[in-house]
Order: sequence, then C-alpha cells, then structure tokens
Amino acid sequence: GPDPLITEVQPWAQGLGDGVDASPYGLPIRFEGDVVRRNVEWLTADTISSINFTPIHALDGTITPQGCGFERHHSGAIELSKDDYRLMINGLVDTPLVFTYADLERFPRETRTYFLECAANTGMEWAGSQLNGAQFTHGMIHNMEYTGVPLRLLLEEAGVKTEGKWVLAEGADASSNGRSIPLEKAMDDCLVAFKANGEALRKEHGYPVRLCVPGWEGNMWVKWLRRIEVGDQPWEQREETSKYTDTLADGTSRKWTWVMDAKSVVTSPSPQMPIKHGPGPLVITGLAWSGRGSITRVDVTVDGGKTWMPARLAAPGQDMAVSRFYFDHVWDGSEMLVQSRAIDSTGYVQPTKTELRDFRGLNSIYHNNCIQTWWVKANGEAENVEVS
Amino acid sequence: DKLGIGRAALPEEVAAWDHDVRPDGLGLPEGSGDVLTGEELFSESCAVCHGEFAEGVDNWPELAGGLGTLDREDPVKTVGSFWPFLSTTWDYVHRSMPYGNAQSLSDDEVYAILAYILYSNDLVDDDFVLSKASFAEVELPNAGGFILDDRDSTELPVFIREPCMTDCKATVEITAHATVLDVTPNDTTDDGAAVAEVAEAVADATGDAPAPEAAAAEAAPEAVEPAVAAPVETAAADPELVAAGEKVFKKCAACHKVGDGAKNAVGPALNGIVGRPAGTVEGFKYSKPMLDAGAGGLVWTHDELSGYLADPKGYMPKNKMSFAGLKKDSDLEAVIAYLSTFGQ
Repeated sequence: GPDPLITEVQPWAQGLGDGVDASPYGLPIRFEGDVVRRNVEWLTADTISSINFTPIHALDGTITPQGCGFERHHSGAIELSKDDYRLMINGLVDTPLVFTYADLERFPRETRTYFLECAANTGMEWAGSQLNGAQFTHGMIHNMEYTGVPLRLLLEEAGVKTEGKWVLAEGADASSNGRSIPLEKAMDDCLVAFKANGEALRKEHGYPVRLCVPGWEGNMWVKWLRRIEVGDQPWEQREETSKYTDTLADGTSRKWTWVMDAKSVVTSPSPQMPIKHGPGPLVITGLAWSGRGSITRVDVTVDGGKTWMPARLAAPGQDMAVSRFYFDHVWDGSEMLVQSRAIDSTGYVQPTKTELRDFRGLNSIYHNNCIQTWWVKANGEAENVEVS
Repeated sequence: DKLGIGRAALPEEVAAWDHDVRPDGLGLPEGSGDVLTGEELFSESCAVCHGEFAEGVDNWPELAGGLGTLDREDPVKTVGSFWPFLSTTWDYVHRSMPYGNAQSLSDDEVYAILAYILYSNDLVDDDFVLSKASFAEVELPNAGGFILDDRDSTELPVFIREPCMTDCKATVEITAHATVLDVTPNDTTDDGAAVAEVAEAVADATGDAPAPEAAAAEAAPEAVEPAVAAPVETAAADPELVAAGEKVFKKCAACHKVGDGAKNAVGPALNGIVGRPAGTVEGFKYSKPMLDAGAGGLVWTHDELSGYLADPKGYMPKNKMSFAGLKKDSDLEAVIAYLSTFGQ
C-alpha cells in the first residue's frame, strides 16, 4: 500500500526545526551516533597510553572528519594553548631559534592532503584473522587536509650546518615521542601543521601544532611539536628501537622502516556493514593509499582472488593521500570472498598475507599491508577471514 | 633567504629542553647509581606497573627476561632481550618515566634505576655501579640484532609486478575465521571468557602497553584450555563452588596457566598446586623468599593458600606475585576448590 511517510503529513513538514545557533559548533545528528572512534580494551593496559580506531566502515569520500580520526597517545592528550606554545630549533644550526605560534603564522604556508597511518594498523592480523570489522583491522588511519609551514623553511631560518644529517622531532607531552628523521626528508615535504580540514587541530591530534611526515609511519608525526634538533647521527630513541621496529622470523629486526607500503581495504560491505538489501545492485567501496606515491588503480575480487576486476577511483590519486574506490557490482545473492588490491605509481601491487609472511614471519607487528578478505554470506553478513 | 621571524634561543632554554642522549653517550650528564639504590627506587616508582622484578604487571611492559625468545612465537621484548642501546633506556626513563610523573627523577636516580634494570636482566652483578664513565662498557645483548629497512631490495622486486586478473588460482578455501577468537568489542556473542584469555596472551606478548601486538590465533586453543579441560573430579569438589572458582581464576589467568599442557608463564603453572611444597614447580624462577619458604617446609595447604591469596605481599614480603589479593572469603574458597580439581 501507499507509504504513510509520503501520504501523511509528517511533523517535520508541519512544525519548525531548530533555530540557528542551536548548536554553535555543529555535531553529527543523533542518528549518526554509532559513527564514532572505538578502542579495543584488551589491547592496552589503560586508555591513556592507548589507541582507538577510525570508523572507516561508516565513512565515504576521502577526508576523515577530525572528530572521528583515530587517536594514539603515549602519555595522554595534553592541553597546550597557542599562547603557551613554543617551538625550538637547535643543534647543528647557525642560530638556535624559538618560535611562538604567532611566528609560525607569518611563514609562507602550504595546504596539502595526507594520510596518517599507524605502523601497527592491521598488526593484530599477522597471526590470523582476529578482529571483526574494518574499523578494527584497518582503522588506525585518517586522511586530512593539513595547513602549515614547510619544516624546510624553519630549518633554513635557523641555518642548518653542513654536518647536519638528521633531525630529532620531539613533542611537549610527557612521552615526548622523539623520532629521528633524515634531513633529506625534513627538507623535502615535512609540514609543521596547525590546521586540519580547515580548522585548528584537535587536542587529541596535537593542538596547536603537529608534524606531518607524508607517507611515513604515523608515530613520526610528532604531536604537540616543541623541538627540532639537528644532528649528525640518529638518536635511536625508544620509539625507533624498542618500538616501531619489525622483528623477522629469525629474530633479527628491521629498523627505520619508515615508509608505508601500498594498501587498501573494502570498507563496505564488511563485518560492521552487512548487506541488508538482498541481491541486485551493490556498491562495493573502500580506501587505498601508498606512502611511495599515488594510487593509480585498485582491483576488486568477489571470489577470493581467482578473478579480479578494476574498480573506479573517485578521483585521480594524490601522492601520500587516500583514494576512494567504487566497484559497482550486481550481487547474485551467493557467498562472496571480497578483497581489494591497491596498485601505486611505482607499480607496487599490494601483496597477500601469505606473501608478506614469507618475508617477515608472524612477529613483525608493524607494516602489515596485506590484502584483506571479507567473507560475505548469503544473508549479507560479513566476517573477517583468511583464504588459501 | 631568511625572513627574520622568531628569536634566538637562550643557552639556558636550550639546556632546559635538550635532554636527549645518543648511543655514543652524547648528552649523558655526570652522575652514577648502584644496583641496590636502584632496587629501592624501582620498588617505589616503577614496580606498580613493571613488577618488583621488572617482570611487568598486567598489560604493562616487562623490562627483564625474554633472552633468546626473539625468533619464537610471541617474543618477549625487554631491555635485556631486545633493546639495542642503553642510551635509549637512560633517555626514556629520564624523560618520560615514571608514568604520570615524568622528569621527576634526578640524574643519579636514573643511573641507579638503570643499574637495577641491568641487574634484573642478569647483565651485571649486584655490586655494579652505572655512571657516565661506566656507561660505554655496557653492551646490550641484542645490540647486533637490527638491520636497516631492506624492503627495497627484498620485497619490491617481487611486489612490483603485473597483477594477475583471471585464473589466478584454481581453488580458494577459507583458512582462518575472526569469529573463532571472537575478541571484537561490542560483539554481543562474546562470552567474556575469550576476551580474558586473549588479553592474557596479549599481556604475554606485549612489550609496551600501546603497541597492539595481539595474540596469535594459534595460541587460542592453549589459552582456553582451562575452560575446556575436563577437571579431575574429587569427592570433595562441589560443582557450583568449582564453577565459581573458575570465574575467580580469570583474575589469575593473566599470569598463571592451569590444565592440560599448562606451562609456566609470568607465574608458575598451577597443576597440582594444592598440597604442593612452595617454590617447587619445575622451571619457574621463584623469588628468594618463596624458595626459602619452601625449603623451610611451607606446603600449599588450603589454609596456607587462603592466607597467601588474601594478601600476597603481607603473607610473604618481597615475593614475586604482583597481585593485590582476593578480599572475599567466598572467592578464596571458590578458587582453591577450582585449583583442587587439577592434579599433577
């Protein structure tokens, strides 16, 4: 029969809605209350030195809203005001300098979109399928449009001495999260950012100033950036020795594995996004990114990798930024083993989990960029599985 | 071209923020500290998370042990087994520890705590003094255990390729399911037990609270053993009490295994613990007080276990178990009844 939502006058069509300023800074409407970051309690001892996950399963497009971009803190998200903010450049420079926040705003600035992926994203899956949802398997990523000052300009202002080969980036929080970065990268594309997606950084993302290290592991994107030191050797701090090193099967560990390999994941359908509409037209969509360049192509399979078909990119890939892909499928209602496979501008083709394990064993923790499989059942529900 | 923005940093400002220490010792301040001083400081400031013997509490990192485990399943990564440079430990303890009270330790205190961490890893004797001068003499066991990122030469030649589009494989089988472990948050099918058991495996595997080094799927069958092992029935076992004890035991399961094939973990395996002389589980490295108590005739009878589990530190000071104790008599009765069902 006729739909009463159409044939009957609805309250929203008769009465009045909220006035302006009902919410001076708008939040998502209450119907979207499940599109939130989530953590996995058993992963960490407390929520202060911990991580949560971006709800990538429920988002579309490429830009991650700041309010649901994943958080990772080592000593908690601190409150540091612009007035109290200082950035020091010291070490092997002609003149050690101190900048205020207002100083940074006077340098020529750039606006660029970059993904930030934690090196441990998908790390729980090394030893087997473990978490049931794209948010949990692949949600340690966000993609934002950053505005800030090229680090190169700040270093040039201080004058890097010829023996300077490395910089140490350090945060103002208790963890400081020091990371050594080769001078070449610091002078190339690192950005001292103070805006994301057009507005100030959120506290949890390093307000008022964080470092962007495009294409490289998220741990290097030091938040609450307070000091850049120039040196002639790396510092080998905790986050680049005891952590963020990748232990291979023979017990040796790779270090300085900074660049994030090309990777993709189908965000829908997925365990948190079952198919509810039955057979017929189905949009399979997901995200792809590469730390070595841009995404040039994404392939999708629905039979576990026997046959692949090129997906459609929503826009041409940008260097070190997330691409959105769509695969417009007609689902016959039978089981599917859905995967996606990213290809980047260097020709790198995203590997299978087995291929990665052949190189790295099971104990690497970090840099798991394997092809992910969702088993979509006839009832439309999906599960995280591995296939032969 | 310089823009003339910013101002020169004053030497005292640079000194206030530039604390970093490099592997070659650059940045180390004058100072020294010995193992025994370090042990006291560690007990006061560090043991709440890292354990009295640097063995780690719950999901907090262990700092000692794990030597020779890096090529095994779930390597134990500690200062002794994994960290390549002592300078990293100095830098981190000085800058970021204790958790929640960073930069509160004096330079001498940092030297002393490091001396104790080295001692707890069996790398120095108890009369060792760490100082700026002796620093360079300490080489950590895994100093040579790292290679530079070699993906460009090993992986890229394989992964830069023409992607297969059709007939890429003859058959496809599902080889692993996430629902077998069932550890996803907000999943109503969770029974809680699985989560607790995986948390335990994670605690074993985790060198640092944050890094999500998760349990191996293969570890699950072993980990859930207590739930599925057929208990050895005894005449006295009250099934309800035993069932209640199994739940209480989840508090213990992060460190202790029990049941078929149970092995020593953070704590000793507990098969046959009721009625056993203290400090005698083979292969477990007990504290001195526990060994002494066993040699002195202590046997884990119902009453002794009850006293110990109610207040581990009060019952036996300086023993290794970092557990606050079971406050309810009903919990004590239940967990002892549960443990009684496991023979040797």
